[in-house]
Amino acid sequence: MFTTFIKKYLPKIHEINQRYSKPRLVMSGPVKFCLLLLRCYLLLLVGLLLYKFITVLTA
Amino acid sequence: MNIFTKLFYLFRRCWKALRLFLILSGPGLVVMIADNDAGGITTYAATGAKYGYNFIWFLIVLVPVAYFVQEMTVRLGAVTKRGHAEAIFENFGAFWGWFSLVDLVFCDWLTLITEFIGMTAALGIFGVPPWLTILGVIAIMGIIVLNGRYWTWEKITMVFCLLNLIYIPAAFWVHPDTHAVFRGILPNLPGGKFDNQLFFFLMANIGTTIAPWMIFFQQSAVVDKGMTEKDIPFGKFDTLLGAILTVVVATFILIVVGTVLPGVEIDDAAQASKMLMGSHGYAGTFMAIGLFDAGLLGAICISLASSWSLGEIFGWAHSLNNKIKEAPWFYAAYFLALITAGGVVLIPGAPLVLITLFVQVIAVTLLPAALVFLILLLNDKETMGEFKNSRLENIVNIGIVSVIVVLSSLYGASALFPDMFK
Repeated sequence: MFTTFIKKYLPKIHEINQRYSKPRLVMSGPVKFCLLLLRCYLLLLVGLLLYKFITVLTA
Repeated sequence: MNIFTKLFYLFRRCWKALRLFLILSGPGLVVMIADNDAGGITTYAATGAKYGYNFIWFLIVLVPVAYFVQEMTVRLGAVTKRGHAEAIFENFGAFWGWFSLVDLVFCDWLTLITEFIGMTAALGIFGVPPWLTILGVIAIMGIIVLNGRYWTWEKITMVFCLLNLIYIPAAFWVHPDTHAVFRGILPNLPGGKFDNQLFFFLMANIGTTIAPWMIFFQQSAVVDKGMTEKDIPFGKFDTLLGAILTVVVATFILIVVGTVLPGVEIDDAAQASKMLMGSHGYAGTFMAIGLFDAGLLGAICISLASSWSLGEIFGWAHSLNNKIKEAPWFYAAYFLALITAGGVVLIPGAPLVLITLFVQVIAVTLLPAALVFLILLLNDKETMGEFKNSRLENIVNIGIVSVIVVLSSLYGASALFPDMFK
């Protein structure tokens, strides 16, 4: 059922990706800087989660 | 014109403004009061037991924090006529769009489980079995959305918001020391020293003030209600009133628990209700009813935040003004989230404590992104025109958002590493 749903919605997801492929907001210096900070923040969080996961598994 | 004629016209003008406000009010009040969800009630109860009335002044500080963040969603929704998910996709591209949407839906679903945990625990005090609570909640939430009118949904939800004020009579019931309560309004250092535990409670209270679903919910609700630029002042007032009411409710919870259970370690609000029932029957009963109502309000808003966002992106009809036949996917997403979240609570041995902790971690992955996108969009002159953030608004909003991001991130990290602030 899940795969049927995914198959049915894959073209739709592709269409959404096409529609929003170009950000409308002008990527000025401050905007780029904010997005870079966000990426770093998310990487840090993912790192923390992975660290926690590994320490729980090895404990 | 004599004085009576002037008074008559003044009265008529005020009455007209009040009637207009009653028509336009809703999203701000609902989102703010629903912010005091089951998890929030537990946080306030634990804070009240730990620090008594000394924390009241800090809750008052949270009024502008909640207001300034949420009023941005009113402006953005009223000007762009788009929900937050759609705004992120359109302005920041598919990567950030999918990240926000998937994170929101997952985070909302986990939070929904915590609301069901709160509701089943609250009604469990009165001997209602969990399965009956979950069935009843799904039935109530079905009835209020299936009438096919946004207006009816909003007004029914506002009745539940009114029930949230039940903590006020509960506080009068326990006869608090009014002088001590007023002293708590003045800034002070709860507990007499700044230590890790106080820092943890500060983080927890800030963490419950702004949640990702609130941003998505209010912006989508503003759009679904059909608010336009000229309604923004009413939307702002509605949000301010909601922010004040949510802090009033939180304060009265603090007063109830701080009066009856000082120094007691509270793990959840249902436990506090049971303890209160031992000495103050009505106050405990009111606390349990309030906890159920808080969970219900949270569940109503959270499940809609996800359904609206999914509808915006997948292009489904996604208005509460649509009947079920007109917007089948929108209602399917709404009920699927409810039924599966309720089902998880009924699974014997389900890791509910782990889920409760995990919600905090997932929420901090989305909250900074949602807040940063909000500020960037509110600074886009092309989109916002005269409603873009002023310099003063930017200083205030960026300051508030920075504090929220840092403290809520530390709060999330403390869920991963419980010894961090001990």
